[in-house]
Amino acid sequence: MNTLDPGKEIKSRKKAGDIIFENITLLFALILVGLVVYIAIEMFLDSSESRSKFGFGFIFSQNWDPVKEDFGALPFIFGTIVSSLLALLISLPVSIGVAVFLSEIIHKSLRTSISFLIEILAAIPSIIYGFWGIFVFAPFMRSTVQPFLSTYFGFLPFFKGQIYGTGLLTASIILAIMITPIISSITRDVLKAIPVSQREAAYALGATKWEAIKMALLNARSGILGGSVLGLGRAIGETMAVTMVIGNKAQIKDSLFEPAYSMASVIANEFAEASGSLHISSLIEIGLILFGVTFIINSLARILIYSVTRKA
Amino acid sequence: MKLLTVLLLSLTLLSCGDKKDVSVSKPGGQINGAGATFPYPIYSKWFNEYAKINKDAKINYQSIGSGGGIKQITEGTVDFGASDSPMNDEDISKANSKNNNKILHIPTVIGSVVLTYNIPGIDKNINLSSEAISGIYLGKIKKWNDPIIQKENPDTKLPDKEIIVAYRTDGSGTTFVFTDYLGKVSDEWKTKVGVAKDVKFPIGQGGKGNEGVTGLVKQLEYSVGYVELIYALQNNLKYANVKNTEGEFVSPNLESLTKAAEQSVNEIPADLRQSITNAKGKGSYPISSYTYILIYENQKDANKGKVMKEFLQWALGDGEKFAKDLGYAPLPDAVVQKAKSIVTGIKIQ
Repeated sequence: MNTLDPGKEIKSRKKAGDIIFENITLLFALILVGLVVYIAIEMFLDSSESRSKFGFGFIFSQNWDPVKEDFGALPFIFGTIVSSLLALLISLPVSIGVAVFLSEIIHKSLRTSISFLIEILAAIPSIIYGFWGIFVFAPFMRSTVQPFLSTYFGFLPFFKGQIYGTGLLTASIILAIMITPIISSITRDVLKAIPVSQREAAYALGATKWEAIKMALLNARSGILGGSVLGLGRAIGETMAVTMVIGNKAQIKDSLFEPAYSMASVIANEFAEASGSLHISSLIEIGLILFGVTFIINSLARILIYSVTRKA
Repeated sequence: MKLLTVLLLSLTLLSCGDKKDVSVSKPGGQINGAGATFPYPIYSKWFNEYAKINKDAKINYQSIGSGGGIKQITEGTVDFGASDSPMNDEDISKANSKNNNKILHIPTVIGSVVLTYNIPGIDKNINLSSEAISGIYLGKIKKWNDPIIQKENPDTKLPDKEIIVAYRTDGSGTTFVFTDYLGKVSDEWKTKVGVAKDVKFPIGQGGKGNEGVTGLVKQLEYSVGYVELIYALQNNLKYANVKNTEGEFVSPNLESLTKAAEQSVNEIPADLRQSITNAKGKGSYPISSYTYILIYENQKDANKGKVMKEFLQWALGDGEKFAKDLGYAPLPDAVVQKAKSIVTGIKIQ
C-alpha cells in the first residue's frame, strides 16, 4: 500500500535537499536577526553610563552641553520625527501623483525613460543633496519660499520668526525629495500589479478614467503604505543631507524656519571627537533611541498595513 | 564597541602575524597613522615627498579627526596619532598606563582660525576686538552697528542689521582653538560655555565642517562664522583683523602666526604642549595653535620606529618648507630645535 501513496514518495525524495536548503536559509535569517539583537544589546550595554546617570530624564531633557556633561535627547528626537513626518507629508501626494502618471496615464514608450530619470534621484549620494541644499536650495528658500510663507501664513506659529534659509523646513523638503523616488517607484509597481481585468471591468461598468484610477489606488493602498514606511525609514536615518541644512542647534521651537537637530546628525557630528566617556555613552544612547524610534514606527506601520489589507 | 575593538585588534594582530617574515626582510613595513583632518594636506604631501627620499617609508594616514587620533593611539591600533589640540593630562596618563609607554607631542606646523563674515556693501576687512567676538558669540552683541564693534571701525559704516552667528557643529580642533581663545579673553565665556571641541553655543546655528560653516556664511547675509585660515584663503573669503594683547588689529597670515608662536617660545613647557591663543607680543595673531603628531617614546617595532624617527627629523627640517605653499605657518626655529631633540629621544627597542 505504501508504494501506492505518491505523496509520501515525493516527500521523502525531497527531504534531503530540502532539509539542507531549509537550514541554510534559516541560518541566513538567524544571522540577520542575531545582528539586530546584537546591535541592540551592544548599544544598551555601552550606554549604561549615560542611562544610570540620567535615567529616563534623558529622553525628556532639552539640554545638550558637552562641556558641563549634561545631556538630553529631546531636541534630537523632536528634530528627527518632525522632519521625517513632514517629509513624508510633502512627498506622499507627489509620489502617488508620479506613480499614477507613470502607470496609468503616460504612453508606454515614454514610461521607461521617465521612470529611469526618477529612480536616478535615489542614486544621488546624500552628501550631494546636502551641498546642493546649502548652496542652492537654502538661498532659494530664504529669498522666495520662506518670505512667501511668512507673508501669507505668518499667522501660524510654524511660519513665524527670523528667516535663515536653512532650518527644519528646508531639511524636511530635501528629505521629501530624497524619499519621493522610493515611494513613487513602489507605488507604481503596486499599481502595475493590479490585474488589467479589474480596470476593464470598471470601464465596462461605465467608470470614468478618474474612477478607475481611484479604484486602483484603493486596491493598492497596502502597497502604498509599505512604500511610505520604507521612505520614512530612509528619512529617519538620513544623516549627511540633513546635517548640512537643518542648522544643527539642539532646540525645540514652534517655527519651522528655526534651526533644529536630528539624532543621526548629532551622532555623526560628535562621535569622532567626543572625548569624555559620558559624552560617548550619551551619543550611543541616542543611537539606541533612534533604534527604538525606528522599531516603533515600523511596527506601527505593520499594524496599519495589516488592518488596511484585512479590510481590502 | 568593546567586542568590535577586540575583533579589529585580533584581525590586525593576525595580519601582522602573517606578514612578519615579509616585514623583516623588507625594512619599514606599513606605518599607520590617524587623526586630525586639519593638517592632512601637508601630511600627505610630506609622506609623498619623503617616500621619494626613503624608499622604505610607507606611511598611511587616515584623517578621522583629532579625537579619533587620540583614541586610536591610546588603543595602540596605530603607530602614530595626530591632534590639533594637545592631549590633556588625563588622556596622557590613560595612554601611558595602557601601553606601558610614554606619549610624546611633536608639533609640526601652526594653524589658525579666522572670523569670516558676509556683510553686503562692505569689501574691506573689518576690525574685531576680543570683546566684540565674545559678545557676538555669547549673544550679547546683537547688531553689526553695536558701539563695541563700530568704535573699532571708524572708517566703515556698519549696518543696523542683526548678526547671524554660525559655528562648527562637528567636534573639531577648530572649535577647540576658537573656544580656547574666547575662554582666555572672556571669563563669562569660560564659566558659561567652556573650552572644548564641542560646546553648547548660546546662539546661532551650526554648519558641518569648514565647508558647512562657509556655506552658511556665504548664503546668509549679515552672518559671521569661524573657519581655518587655509579654508578662507582658498575660498577668497573676507576675514576680520583681530585685536591682540598689544592693542593692534592683526590680519591672520603666515607671518603673524609664526610671530605668535615665536613670542611664546620662552614659556613653552618641556613636553611642548602649549596653547598660543591670545599670544603676547607685537604682530601676533591671537587665534592660532600648534598641530601635533602623537607618538610613543619606546618604539617596539624597530623598523617602523626607525622610519618614523627619520621621517620626523626630515619633516621638521626640509619638510617645513612645504608648509607655506599649503597655507600653514612653519614652526619658529626655537620650537623646531626643541621638537627635534624630543624626536632624537625616541627609543628603538
